[in-house]
Order: sequence, then C-alpha cells, then structure tokens
Amino acid sequence: MERIPILQMGEFLLVTIQVDMHDRLALALQDDLTSKIVQAGARGVLIDISSLEIVDSFIGRMLANIAAMSHILDAATVVVGMKPAVAITLVELGLSLTGVRTALNVEKGMELLRATRGHSSGRAAY
Amino acid sequence: MSKIPQVLRENEQEILTEWTKDMTSATRRADLMSDQDFKQQSTRFLQLLQEAVQSGDVSDINASSFSQLRDFLGNLSVSRARQGFTPTDTAMFVFSLKKPVVSLLRRAMQANPTEMFTDMQALNDLVDKLGLFTAEKFMKSREEVIIRQQREMLELSTPVVKLWDGILALPLIGTLDSARTQVVMESLLQRVVETGSVVAIIDITGVPTVDTLVAQHLIKTVTAARLMGADCIISGIRPQIAQTIVHLGVRLGDITTKATLADAFVIALERIGSSVKKGGIPAPVNGSTF
Repeated sequence: MERIPILQMGEFLLVTIQVDMHDRLALALQDDLTSKIVQAGARGVLIDISSLEIVDSFIGRMLANIAAMSHILDAATVVVGMKPAVAITLVELGLSLTGVRTALNVEKGMELLRATRGHSSGRAAY
Repeated sequence: MSKIPQVLRENEQEILTEWTKDMTSATRRADLMSDQDFKQQSTRFLQLLQEAVQSGDVSDINASSFSQLRDFLGNLSVSRARQGFTPTDTAMFVFSLKKPVVSLLRRAMQANPTEMFTDMQALNDLVDKLGLFTAEKFMKSREEVIIRQQREMLELSTPVVKLWDGILALPLIGTLDSARTQVVMESLLQRVVETGSVVAIIDITGVPTVDTLVAQHLIKTVTAARLMGADCIISGIRPQIAQTIVHLGVRLGDITTKATLADAFVIALERIGSSVKKGGIPAPVNGSTF
C-alpha cells in the first residue's frame, strides 16, 4: 500500500501530498504523522497540498483533524499551497478549517512556523 | 384549395411594387438603410415566401418548407436590431405585406366570396405569425446584447489591484450577488497565487447595501483567501453599514475591519513588516544642476 512520505527537517516535519488523496491514504497519514510527531518530538508540521486538485468533505475534515491532533501533541500545523479551486470548494462545503494556519507556499509556511516557535515560551532555544 | 400560392406566384412583381410603395417613410427608415439594401431585402423576402407557400400549406410556419424563410427573417431582425430599428418598424415590414396581397386576392376571387373569406383569413394568420416571429427574434437579439453587456460589466467591475509587494486590493462596486461573488472570489484567489500576496484588502465603499446574504458572501471570500494563506481586511465600511451589520446580527468573527482603505493599508503594511514614513525631499546629488 502506498504511503505519503513524512520528511524531518530539524524540529519540523514536512508532508508533501503529491497524489490524489483517497480516504484510506488520509487515515494512514493520520496514523503515521501522529506517531512521527511523538517519535521525533516535532514542534511543527508543514503540510503541502499544492498538488491536491480534488477535495471532498472527508479529506477536508481529515486536514482539520490532523491539525487538531498535532496541536494536542504540541506541534503547530501549517497547511500551505492550497489551490484556489480547492479553497472555494472547502468554503462551499462549509469547512473553514478554523484553527488550521495557512500559508501561500512552503517558504512562507516555514517562516510562519519559525515565527511561531520563536514566540512561544522560549522552548525552542536549546 | 387555397389560391394564395397561385396569387403570390403570378403577381410577384406587382406585389413587390405595391408593397414597397405602401410602406410609409416611417417604417421605411431611409436614414438607417439604403434604398438598394431595402429593395434587395424585400425582393428576397417575397421570393422566399412565395417558394415556401408553394407546398400548399400556409398555416404552419414551423414546417420545413418555411425553414429558409425563417432563417432569412431571423437574420433580418438581428441586423435590424443592430442598425437601430424599433420593434414596430421591424414588425411593420412584415405586416404591411397584407394590404397588397389582400387586394389581389379580392380581385382574383371576386366570383367566390366564401373561398375568398377563407383565404383572407389564412393569409392574415400567416402574415401575423411571420410578423410575430420577426418581433420575437428581434427581442431575442436585443436581449443577447443586454446579456453580453452584463457579462462585460461583471468582468470590468471586479479588478484586483496590487497595492504593494504582497498586498492586494479589491475595490468592490455595485451589489454583491452570488454570481458576482463567485467571480470576485475566483479572481482574487487567482491573483493571490500569481503575486504571492499575503494580505488582501476588500474595499466595500462602493457596495450600496450589505444584507445578510452579502455579508455571507464576504465571509466566504475571506475564508477562502485565508485557506490559501492570505489575510483579508475589509475596509470602506460606512457608518450606516456598520449599524446594519450589527442590527442584522451578522457576526464577522475575527475578520479585521477598517473604516477606510488608508487605515487598512497601514495595517497591511504592518503585517508584512513594511512601513511608509514621511521624509524630506532628498538633497540633490552633486553635479546634477538644473
């Protein structure tokens, strides 16, 4: 079964979704990502969905869930690279992903994660 | 057996002369169309009508024998609509055919009043239908012009302006309905991607009224932009509109709102970490004397 790779970059995890998400893949990602956050002690997660063309209510909810779970595990989540069509679809579905931070591309997302870590409680300083 | 086909066939030239002579100067509209074009149109129309009725059926203008005539009338009304004819002018062009043909029918069938009456009625019906058909086509082509203009206005009225590196502005003018929100949302999001902007200012100074539906549309647009990673600021909220929003119980949530575009711009600059400050005129560089 195919899996979505999760890359570690320092204290952040990078997830790039390059294929069309189907439901089982999304559930597998949820499993993998939560384990990886705990295992690596990650402080931030960056999900790049710039190749994602199609979303349905389930995938939209999965994104929100993943963000909420990461938050519980004390890792900030940023979703980057959403296409206009996907954004409009999610809004029309009534999923505004409140609580999920967003950025235009990976670079800006990384900046946002770093800024978040910099502001919070000074734990980032080793 | 109706005598109309025969009468039309045998007296084509006479009908044409009578018909064109009869058309008053008002219907004729010499200011809009040259004599030659007019003559050509009338001749062609009469010829097609004559051919169409030869099948013997004069009651059904949707029959296949009338297809050429229908096409011709369609083109005629479209071209006349563009040239600026009124609906009356265009319909009268067809209706005025009645008079010459009726007088011919009367002459040809003097001996048999009953048949003459039937034929006259058939002729009346036929010309009425053709006239109505022409008027309808005329209206339709006018409506097409209106729809096209509406669409053009829709595109014109939703410009997305780049104010600064990373800041977009969307001055909205006119009422926001669902169709327009869709266009606005799409063009805004598209420009956000193209320019890599992080802040978008939606200015609603030109939106005359804000009701719950318009507010809903605004919130949707802001949410979609946020999903893509761009912050939205709504500016240009007039005092009355602020009152309306509160009275309606619309919750704008955590959307930043400002009274003027200038205030919104300052906030936007702050968010991207830039600032504009007043400064003296820079001293002229040595050597550049005026």
